[in-house]
Amino acid sequence: MEDIVAYLKAERGQDWRADLRKSMKAKERTSKLRVKMPEEDPNTRNTNNVEVNTGLSVEQAVLEAQRCLDCPDPTCMQGCPVGINIPKFIKKIETEDFLGAASVLKETNGLPAVCGRVCPQEKQCESTCFYTVKMKKIPVAIGYLERFAADFERDSGQMAIPETGDSNKIKVGIVGSGPAGLAAAGDLAKFGYDVTVFEALHEIGGVLKYGIPEFRLPNDIVDVEINNLKKMGVNFRINFIVGKTASFDDLKADGYQAFFVGSGAGLPRFMNIPGENYNGIFSSNEYLTRVNLMNAADPEYDTPVISGKNVAVIGGGNTAMDSVRTAKRLGAERSMIIYRRSEAEMPARVEEVIHAKEEGIEFMNLHNPLEYYADENGRVNSMKIQKMELGEPDASGRRRPVPIPGSEFIVDVDTVVVSVGVSPNPLIPASMPDLEVTDWGTIVVDKDSMQSSIPELFAGGDIVRGGATVILAMGDGRKAAAGMHAYIQEKVKAN
Amino acid sequence: MNKILEKEFFSKNVVQIVLEAPEIAKSRKPGHFVIIKMGKKGERIPLTIASADAAKGTITLVVQKVGVTSAKLAELEVGDSITDVVGPLGEATHIENVGTVLCAGGGVGVAPLLPIVEGFKKAGNRVVTILAARTKDLVILEEQMRAFSDEVIVMTDDGSYGKKGLVTAGMEEVIDREKVNLSVVIGPAVMMKFAALTTKKYNIETYASLNTIMVDGTGMCGACRVSVGGKTKFVCVDGPEFDAHKVDFDEMLSRLGAYKDQELKDYENFLKLQTA
Repeated sequence: MEDIVAYLKAERGQDWRADLRKSMKAKERTSKLRVKMPEEDPNTRNTNNVEVNTGLSVEQAVLEAQRCLDCPDPTCMQGCPVGINIPKFIKKIETEDFLGAASVLKETNGLPAVCGRVCPQEKQCESTCFYTVKMKKIPVAIGYLERFAADFERDSGQMAIPETGDSNKIKVGIVGSGPAGLAAAGDLAKFGYDVTVFEALHEIGGVLKYGIPEFRLPNDIVDVEINNLKKMGVNFRINFIVGKTASFDDLKADGYQAFFVGSGAGLPRFMNIPGENYNGIFSSNEYLTRVNLMNAADPEYDTPVISGKNVAVIGGGNTAMDSVRTAKRLGAERSMIIYRRSEAEMPARVEEVIHAKEEGIEFMNLHNPLEYYADENGRVNSMKIQKMELGEPDASGRRRPVPIPGSEFIVDVDTVVVSVGVSPNPLIPASMPDLEVTDWGTIVVDKDSMQSSIPELFAGGDIVRGGATVILAMGDGRKAAAGMHAYIQEKVKAN
Repeated sequence: MNKILEKEFFSKNVVQIVLEAPEIAKSRKPGHFVIIKMGKKGERIPLTIASADAAKGTITLVVQKVGVTSAKLAELEVGDSITDVVGPLGEATHIENVGTVLCAGGGVGVAPLLPIVEGFKKAGNRVVTILAARTKDLVILEEQMRAFSDEVIVMTDDGSYGKKGLVTAGMEEVIDREKVNLSVVIGPAVMMKFAALTTKKYNIETYASLNTIMVDGTGMCGACRVSVGGKTKFVCVDGPEFDAHKVDFDEMLSRLGAYKDQELKDYENFLKLQTA
């Protein structure tokens, strides 16, 4: 930890940083207003799939970068799970060295264009920004700036490929190509390992591809980041389920020395209420996978999807917002969020809730589904909902929703998307009986090295956390890469 | 990419395909299935593995043309490749020596039943197999089944081959004459429903292998969910085999029809394009 403090201090002490700080008074910096992210028009964008946020202009980015005070103690960094040198990249933007800013991001974050778009910055770096903490002002738009630098680099055609160490020819396997796996793969490639990422689906990217919709994270952006990993020498095997297509033992026999499991929380939860298996009722995973991964809404593609007129999405997380906004884009006349708590308790990002409202999404907060009804063909046609009120705080610290007796009523729906969370995917734990897992089915790991009860197996992301964010998964992937590196080097030394 | 090495039509609409899939061939067990996808715009469909040759690195699939994807698959020729094949998926059949096993297959359900019959026979059981089809031309894999069964009874709806009658008539015949310890039924959902009702009468433990709609096949989406004993289960990771007496076949039938109109329209368009 001391190393990091000393490093940051040395970096901050460099002449260009010192000169830059002097070039504008702090008061002038703090008097500037936070930039507003340009967006597509809500009434147009809710009929197409284009990205909602269009990105900052060069002028906007430089102005926003000027707001950053380049603090001696950059508290923003404490909020970043991957430890980006935030002041340094922002100051690079202020000097209009945008490629330099991108290269700072890539020192610790292999997917800056992704994180700049989908990280909940308001709960992370921006929540610990000096503006937020000490000045009670609106924080520097760190997320917008991250995205700006990453996009600038990509559009410049001068994308830098991170340097990789000399190949040590040691094979390591990554299970799952979502954010955790990609982050681990990038770091292990930098260390010089022969990295292979195994992906169960036919596309690389995990939740970044099947889950997060195009209007929030275009697939092209994800592909660019994946191609960078390929250029760094990372191998990818699609249609390969570790534990099924080949076992860990098979792979070990093939020379793999250690594994990182980032297989995700791929088992959707349902509420187990009557009628939940009627046709037209999907998990958000199924609904989004059909639309995002399988392109079901495009008649050219073979996969079908039901595009309802009255769509209810159950839940208040980002996945619920993605689903309800997708339903609107597929032509729903009425797309509703049905959430049992109030807006204040919603786990979704504030920006997503605002965007959803702008796009005409109805919010039925403090409502909970009780039962579904179907027509003679088994297709859902209505649902019974109960009103709720907030009681005492529960284990999560949020106020517990309590049903209001006699408040039940019926709403017509022809499509329902259940988005009430996911459980860990059972495939890996099921294939390794010796692996220690929690009662929830998540893999137990050492929180620093991410090592599991099986020494050569490391894990991170939702298979450990149960259901979290892209950036936390990436942070886990990076920690695990360091843990695997230490473990393998120790083993090499011992031999 | 998985190359097709052999192809044989069992009837106008039923085709057997042998394709290259060395890793799956090595790790698959009876009861397992694969998910395939053809081309960038294809859909993902589950297909049960009929047999495999680990030495040659091949798996065998039997497909009935029922929609766009299965029809496209049937059109592929030897030398062509299937873009994506992933597996083996699902839980393998629990095979042990229980005594006498009554295996009943209907239509193309006979194909996934083959490795199970083989498994039970090799585990030392007496295996009686019933092959049911609408008509003579649709009876498949009879010879292979005879190789691993102590007895094979063929039932056809129209009486054109074997005995005339439904699969359940054949099952009752066996149950009436000898002690059956376990039954395995695979076929169309309706057939499995009535086969399960038949064995339930005699209190014979019965497994059914379900072939529901799937997308990913790894537990991620829940498209394949069925009610088993009142609890929601995922066919892809909890199955495909379940206690047939507890499966809600009516719900399963309804869920299989979720995209019926759309599928039918797409298939008609596809056939039109072919004849045009």
